[in-house]
Amino acid sequence: MNERADNQLRFGVPDGTMVFSRGVRKSFGPLEVLKGIDLEVPSGSVACIIGPSGSGKSTFLRCINHLEKLSGGVLLVDSEFVGYDLRDGRLHEVSHRLLCRRRAEIGMVFQSFNLFSHMTALENLTEAPTRVRGTPAAEAKREAMELLARVGLAEKAGAYPRELSGGQQQRVAIARALAMKPKVLLFDEPTSALDPELVGEVLQVMRDLAESGMTMVVVTHEVGFAREVGDQLVFMDGGVIVERGSPRDMIASPQSPRTREFLSRVL
Amino acid sequence: MVRLHSHRQAGTVIAMNAAARTEPGAAVDQPSRTVDLTVVPRRRYGLWIGTLLTLLLASVVTHAIATNPAFAWDVAFGYILHPSILRGLGTTLLLTVLIMVVAIVVGTVIAIMRVSPSVVLQGFGSAYVWFFRGVPALIQLIFWFNLALIVREFTLTLPGLGTVFSVRTNDVMSPFVAAVVALSLCEAGYMAEIIRAGIKSVPHGQTEAASSLGMTYGSILRRIVLPQAMRFVVPPTGNEAINLLKMTSLVTYIAVDDLFYAAQSIYARTFETIPLLMVVSFWYLLVVTLMSFGQYHIERYYGRSDIQSEGMTAWLFRTTLGRHARGAQP
Repeated sequence: MNERADNQLRFGVPDGTMVFSRGVRKSFGPLEVLKGIDLEVPSGSVACIIGPSGSGKSTFLRCINHLEKLSGGVLLVDSEFVGYDLRDGRLHEVSHRLLCRRRAEIGMVFQSFNLFSHMTALENLTEAPTRVRGTPAAEAKREAMELLARVGLAEKAGAYPRELSGGQQQRVAIARALAMKPKVLLFDEPTSALDPELVGEVLQVMRDLAESGMTMVVVTHEVGFAREVGDQLVFMDGGVIVERGSPRDMIASPQSPRTREFLSRVL
Repeated sequence: MVRLHSHRQAGTVIAMNAAARTEPGAAVDQPSRTVDLTVVPRRRYGLWIGTLLTLLLASVVTHAIATNPAFAWDVAFGYILHPSILRGLGTTLLLTVLIMVVAIVVGTVIAIMRVSPSVVLQGFGSAYVWFFRGVPALIQLIFWFNLALIVREFTLTLPGLGTVFSVRTNDVMSPFVAAVVALSLCEAGYMAEIIRAGIKSVPHGQTEAASSLGMTYGSILRRIVLPQAMRFVVPPTGNEAINLLKMTSLVTYIAVDDLFYAAQSIYARTFETIPLLMVVSFWYLLVVTLMSFGQYHIERYYGRSDIQSEGMTAWLFRTTLGRHARGAQP
């Protein structure tokens, strides 16, 4: 707790900020993918990130839960570094166990669902709570069934991922992330791998989540969803944030010519 | 809808939507009259000739084997349940199980080394596989049997405690122990490659998803990666176990009394070589058959999350008649 207050003071994190990013850089060898990203996502809000492929938006998302290590900058989740501890003005990589504990509080939903293919939908949901949190099996199962009901798939509890449609798999994947009761949920193009007629059911689940007050960072191509659900819209290109603002204003009258050009292509 | 029925071959019922073809734009759900037509199968002269020749060959071989007195079938039958043959069979089975278990454990460790991020571990794993797969099993066997020529004794000396234990190599390296050590290390080289291929077959997204849920490397490996790798590991491992069963006959060279050794010691006395080779072949074939059934059930267990699972008959056809490929997917 003390550490959080220190970080807030040191980096000037506004109260009630869930994700705080200052000058985040990331390079893969000589290729600089992120060239200084500043972003604040307040608790309970939805930030949508759009941009052409290769703009670095997925990489930024993966930096948030430390699936990618930063090359520079400050990235705090709930005023805490995810993969580091700040001591004596230096960032010390934390132990693997502590990293896992912090990651467990950050849910992630992938473009290709990544459900555990050897487990049923129910087992996919109970695996992490029982293994990572030590939740008793019966309790984990009860909570998992509630979550499956919430995404409308209670009757598919015993089904293996192969037996589910893409939309159903993605809904199970969202429920799996929720089973860990995360503080923030990251979505990496959650509907890009879906057949067009299945996109709606996944967006509906995400809409319900946003209404329930979940903090969400959504990398997406669904501009309609961003306009309707997003509290802020971020347009990234070439590893920088080109433009940001309220989704309605930005989509109605983009300021930058690059934003205008991108929106004209996806709308 | 015109349906073509075959009276000869049940498998060739061809259906096509004639209405849609002839009148484009016509409603598909409009009922149309059904016409039955008979399909006359193509005549396959090549197949008939091949079948005939094969039957001919089979009957000639069977006749020769059944009537040639050198096979001495009555003698062979007399030896099938001979006590020393059964004891030998027991040793062969024990060797196979022990070696396979050790090989799977060592092979898994080597496989994990080979996929680890450390260059040193990767290098060690690669060198292990290179060496133990490259040197013939028989040479490894004789090498371990003669270990005492290089290392006279094993001694553990700790500073302050003095000698904790010391043991002479010749006391430990009995023929049986030498056989288990040599063939385990050799087989582990093959198992490491099979398990590594299995681990590589699991998509990286599975690891990422588990990481994002806060699972540690250890539990990701045990709970997510290895169980999914099993689906790809089991079929070639079954083949390896069958190969290993037969490979254990090499231990005859260092005087371990396995099935083959028992048969040899009998025919060295009685000169009934061929009948005893028949007895040995019979037992190896029987055990291989039983192992194949076991393999089928293990494959079914690890493939339970796949919707399509083939029936027993289809599997028998694939494994006995089809390509017996190493590393075949279930």
